[in-house]
Amino acid sequence: MKDEIKLTVDGQEVTAEPGKTLLEVARAIGKEIPTICFHEATTANALCRICVVEVEGMRVLQPACIVEAAQNMKIQTRSEKVVRARKTILEMLASTMDLSEAPEILRMMDEHGASHERFPDAERREVPVKDDNPMYIRDYSKCLLCWRCVQVCADDVQYTYALSFDGRGYETQIGTFFEKSIPETTCVLCGQCVGVCPTGALKPKREYLLEQGMSPQEISVLNTGRKKRTADKRR
Amino acid sequence: MIKPDRIVTSTCPYCGVGCTLELHVKDNYIFKVTSPFDSPVNHGNLCVKGRFGYDYVYHPKRVTTPLIRKTPQKAGERAQAFDLSEWREVTWEEALDYVADRLVEIYQRDGSDALAVYCCAKATNEDNYLLQKMYRALFRTNNVDHCTRLCHAGSVVALQQAIGSSAMSNTASQVMLNDVFLVTGSNTTENHPIIALQMKDAVRQNGAKMIVVDPRRIELVDFAELWLPLKPGTNVPVFSAMAHVIVKENLINHEFIANRTEGFTDFIESLEKFTPEYAEEVSGVPAEDIRKAARLYANAKNGAIYWGMGISQLSHGTASALALIHLAFLTGHIGRDGTGLNPLRGQNNVQGASDMGAMPFHYPGYMRVDNDENASKWEQAWNIEPGGLSRKLGLTTTEILSHAHPGGVRALYIMGENPMMSEPNLNVTREHMQQLEFLVSQDIFINESGAFADVFLPATPFAEKDGTFSNTDRRVQRVRAAHPPKGQARPDWQIICDLAQRIESRLGSATAKWNYASPEEVLREMAGVNVDYAGITYERIDKVGLIYPVPDITHPGTPTLFKEEFPRGRGKFIPLDYVHIMEEPDDEYPFILTTGRVLEHWHGGTMTRNSVLDEAYPEARVDIHPADAEIHGIRNGDPVRVQSRRGEVVLRATVTEKTSVGVVFIPFHFAEAAANLLTNDALDPQAKIPEFKACAVQVFPARENDLANPEVVVLRGRY
Amino acid sequence: MSEIDLAPLRTAIEAYIPLGRSGLLPALHAAQNVYGWISEPVATEISRSLGVPLVDVHGVIEFYSLFYNQPVGKQIIRVCTDQACALKDADGVLRQFCSHHGLEPGQTTRNLALTIEASPCLGLCEQAPAVLTTDGGQWTIGTGSSESNRPSSMVYGLIRSLTANCGNGITSLASYGNYPALAKALGMTPEEIVDEIKASGLVGRGGAAFPTGVKWEGAAKAPGTEKYVICNADESEPGTFKDRILLIDDPHRTIEGMLIAGYAIGASRGYIYIRAEYPYILPVLEHALNEARETNLLGENILGSGFSFGIELRLGAGAYICGEETALFESVEGKRGFPRVKPPFPTTHGLFGKPTVINNVETLCNVPLIISQGAAEYRRIGTEKSPGPKLFCVSGDVATPGLYEVPFGVTLRELLEMAGGVVDGKQLQAVLFGGAAGAFATSKHLDVKMTFEDLRAAGLPLGSGVVMVFDETRDMRDILKRLGHFFAHESCGKCYPCQIGTQRQKEILDRISAGRVLEGDLIRLQDVGWTMTDASLCGLGQTAASAVLSAMKLWPEIFGRIKAEG
Repeated sequence: MKDEIKLTVDGQEVTAEPGKTLLEVARAIGKEIPTICFHEATTANALCRICVVEVEGMRVLQPACIVEAAQNMKIQTRSEKVVRARKTILEMLASTMDLSEAPEILRMMDEHGASHERFPDAERREVPVKDDNPMYIRDYSKCLLCWRCVQVCADDVQYTYALSFDGRGYETQIGTFFEKSIPETTCVLCGQCVGVCPTGALKPKREYLLEQGMSPQEISVLNTGRKKRTADKRR
Repeated sequence: MIKPDRIVTSTCPYCGVGCTLELHVKDNYIFKVTSPFDSPVNHGNLCVKGRFGYDYVYHPKRVTTPLIRKTPQKAGERAQAFDLSEWREVTWEEALDYVADRLVEIYQRDGSDALAVYCCAKATNEDNYLLQKMYRALFRTNNVDHCTRLCHAGSVVALQQAIGSSAMSNTASQVMLNDVFLVTGSNTTENHPIIALQMKDAVRQNGAKMIVVDPRRIELVDFAELWLPLKPGTNVPVFSAMAHVIVKENLINHEFIANRTEGFTDFIESLEKFTPEYAEEVSGVPAEDIRKAARLYANAKNGAIYWGMGISQLSHGTASALALIHLAFLTGHIGRDGTGLNPLRGQNNVQGASDMGAMPFHYPGYMRVDNDENASKWEQAWNIEPGGLSRKLGLTTTEILSHAHPGGVRALYIMGENPMMSEPNLNVTREHMQQLEFLVSQDIFINESGAFADVFLPATPFAEKDGTFSNTDRRVQRVRAAHPPKGQARPDWQIICDLAQRIESRLGSATAKWNYASPEEVLREMAGVNVDYAGITYERIDKVGLIYPVPDITHPGTPTLFKEEFPRGRGKFIPLDYVHIMEEPDDEYPFILTTGRVLEHWHGGTMTRNSVLDEAYPEARVDIHPADAEIHGIRNGDPVRVQSRRGEVVLRATVTEKTSVGVVFIPFHFAEAAANLLTNDALDPQAKIPEFKACAVQVFPARENDLANPEVVVLRGRY
Repeated sequence: MSEIDLAPLRTAIEAYIPLGRSGLLPALHAAQNVYGWISEPVATEISRSLGVPLVDVHGVIEFYSLFYNQPVGKQIIRVCTDQACALKDADGVLRQFCSHHGLEPGQTTRNLALTIEASPCLGLCEQAPAVLTTDGGQWTIGTGSSESNRPSSMVYGLIRSLTANCGNGITSLASYGNYPALAKALGMTPEEIVDEIKASGLVGRGGAAFPTGVKWEGAAKAPGTEKYVICNADESEPGTFKDRILLIDDPHRTIEGMLIAGYAIGASRGYIYIRAEYPYILPVLEHALNEARETNLLGENILGSGFSFGIELRLGAGAYICGEETALFESVEGKRGFPRVKPPFPTTHGLFGKPTVINNVETLCNVPLIISQGAAEYRRIGTEKSPGPKLFCVSGDVATPGLYEVPFGVTLRELLEMAGGVVDGKQLQAVLFGGAAGAFATSKHLDVKMTFEDLRAAGLPLGSGVVMVFDETRDMRDILKRLGHFFAHESCGKCYPCQIGTQRQKEILDRISAGRVLEGDLIRLQDVGWTMTDASLCGLGQTAASAVLSAMKLWPEIFGRIKAEG
């Protein structure tokens, strides 16, 4: 086919349709490239950089989730530079936030021999759980700033715009307008954000309460008894 | 992190979008809901109800034991009993025998006309098919109906008349193929949230142009090219004026009209009076905007119309819907992908319940009951002697109640409905309910209607049964039990089969068949006569639902209808007149009340007020425009009394520009301020749908003490 | 809280409402000029007026250091504590201000009269230590012992072609001349202009050194009629102050360069994006633009040629990352300054997604020169591979810090001699080349010619022309610590290598500068440094470790051995 792209992946010659990303090309030949921020239902931002690959002729490693296959490209998915970058990124993540509910990332760490304690004295992201609405909790100690929640709340899905970022750099955190509680924002509690969170930072409240040791019975009575049914008060 | 014991794929029980749900179950408790991103219906997106609002299943007030009223209720003196202390817990044996005894007694004493049933737009296709079968086959009555009567009856009748169909012609996701689309009488953002997302995508990503025709400044207006804020009840002049413009400016699709329609000549004559200026006079919409809207829609490559209750819930709801149908006929925006006439069905299974014949004029598959050929087919299917099924058109829901007096309807069976919240003119509805001699409630909570009942039969919610729902796209999807029923609750279809057998043995009639091994057998029986479902099996819809008509086992389904012709052949133009709303505002009652819904709640509130959803929106509010509020001395949050000729409610006011001057809005979910106490039970003559969307009210300031729950306050920053 | 009067706000932001989202930063600046900071009702009103979601207004305020959503003092004293000023006891200056007013750095007096802040580089490095004080719409610049509201321009060097008009106050249009190069350009075709720029060998002077002619060609060929020219005046690289001088003394040169670029690529609109830490340049530019408009050199049908071009000024708000071209676009578009992934490149998808040429001030100042002289004449100075004049920002431990214009090819030794050599007869320890995102040179490198090719061979980046000199007494650990703080403070937070890497780098450098080296710190820094260099999304992250990595080669003992406590 005339339009087909020919490229080399880890020494293997591969053909691909135009428009395919390096990630898609690799997966098609059974090569697994790790991803963290990438999600099928959100715009790819190539910000976690865990999916980087080495492209011959380019000094900077390229994110496979977004870079399209080009004619005669030669890429390596596990070169020394790539492996060092991946391992270090994972170690940096582990030194920053709570990965206990991100099994895929923990598995990546094992595969790459990454240490959880690489950075002594690291300032960790530790924030109290935000429990300010009836539907879901926000535990930003687990947030790795993948941007998915902000995006699905904005133009990727919901057009509701309840979430953005506070601060900058390492101090960045997901925030609301003037730190208002969720019910005071434009949030409609759709939970699209909960649905795309990779680390359990956003979690249904019911699941959270169960984890805290409440029983289903105790949870069910939480929001009853507040007011009686008052049908008989109608005139 | 909790590891689920299993993840069960099912379909949402709330609205007509029919989102795919993944129920995460641990120790027979759903602790989380997700949705697969490859679901063709909702692509992994949910709303607050679907994602978090399933917890009513576990509410302590849920009834899971059969109950019989301790104090026998007498016709004319029937009272409500919400408290369990007024009920006796009994066995299924005792409960069902009692129901069978009483129903048979009344049937044998007063005949078919004395019995009636409300089927359930939330229950599965199998549940509904069996309940209408029971009443038709055993009690030979067509007094079978469900809440579609209060919803899209106007749309359905209009579509039947003009086209011969009763559903959306295309699918909601095809909005991505529209370059122009009209949304009218539908606050889609709050009532079909996922469809609204698709509409917004169409506008923002594809540059589609949306026209909103609605008295309220609904959230979609932020995305709209044009907003026509018409006075409630002026649909016919506004849409007819659009048609007038399309004809006068020669924007019609000559070919389509010539080949696919009839009655055009008479129709054009009837359009003469509907000039944009006339429409402006009666509706308040600027004539120029009507022209713009008409041109935009007519010049589109793929134009579509989506509508909701604002069209149907009027005393001229049928005419309103016809006015829309004419626009599609004039322009040919129907019968192709990315076009269509699309009434957005509200309930998760109202399309299915209607398909299953839970209606007074139709058997399953919209086969008219007063047609011998149709009746024969079902007589054969149900093992009934030829001529046995009634050819008489039955009563609709509102009529069933208004006939509840000696000599009329004596026994009513309600499956999963709440007429005491959803019927109009509730004070009169209450009187009707009190007149019943025998009332059965098959439900999951004792709601305002069930509180009147003699017997309560505990059924299962969606999470505890298997079956199918048919969504607004005509997509038939699987419902699966996440865990066994709580307590002694039983799936509706099983209750019905058990009861039907007991009735049959008392009547001594030949059995119409009630011993199904599974709900699938029920569907297959129905599909044996209803050709639309002929090719649907549980296996075929295991992963993804099929869009009917599915005429045979290999057919892939039919997203777009009417590509070649309409079911009645040609589309029929039907000349219209402007019929005023039945109760215009006057000096005594100067506001128009229009009713509707909010995102967080569902209809009568049986589910959502017993859910964490109630925390998100705990109290009723009336929307009033700032200009009106100022004149009446009302500030945001003040308690007010809203009064009509029929009743009154007290609730807090929300001063907002979301409503128009002279129009107030109350959602009808809240028992303590039930909007339907105020509404008018004037019916559309053909569809018999009440005029929920327009009646006359007055608004007075009230005192904090007058409120049912003064300490409860809504804290919201959204739609 | 009493009701805030929003009437002055409405007046102040009225002009920005038609811009929609793109008017957000101007509106926030205007609001801050009225109220001193941005409160919730003010943010809400801006959100409503411009049609920007509330949370996005908040997110923008949170991103930029110079927008405040808490009350701040009417007067704000900003004391630069970056490298060049640190050499001149900036820490002491800060301490003095603080103790004088009874505040800690970052604090505000109770009566909201005054705030004192430590600041990243203010672009006054040759006059260190630098303090910028703002008070409502007024400002004062403090350098060493003097105060003024207009910084001096100390300009030296072997040639004075780019800086012909610099060092003597503002050059009016009359003195500059009615854009003779533009007049000549308008008689050429756009293709001819592009060819001339290509032939000149001009490459970008902001640090990336991309061939300017190729960039212009890309945008010229891109389809569409909506195209933009942007002058990147966000000069925030510590040690850099050349653009400051070019703009404040000779604004017309840059404007003329933009116009020629606009004509060459087919653009009719341009922006000058200038950092908010240069408030004193704003009135200069506004005046110059007005002069040009009044003389039919800007606006509709310029010089009767049919070519129309308008220029709008945009102010940054305290974010070094907004000097990165795609982050600059985001900032002009009214968003947080997150860089975009490239490709696509600005020449096809730039500002508002349209073809855009974005050039540094110095780059644009070369353009009238090239067009007037012709490429061949222009190439007669400099070297074959690095033609033309170059501006070097010399600061630190030299006798005569200042802006030096020399032809490419001059050696480092020669430049230092021009600058009077190391102060007080001390020995040279190191020279920071290229800025914070640069690398260290030592006396080994004194005879390296300052050209792109020679420096590259020596492993030194030309960057933005920073030459910061450190004598033998300087503790390089302290310099590295400040570099670490700078990048951690300026990282936008989008990509993980830089967001976390700059923080980890800072923590280790803090430890090292306090004398507390831990085992494995060298490897840690290398891993973090190389990860940032190899895998970051943009140039900030990719160069955040370059100075540190070069220091590791030169002075490994800093990183691997615990020094005796001193």
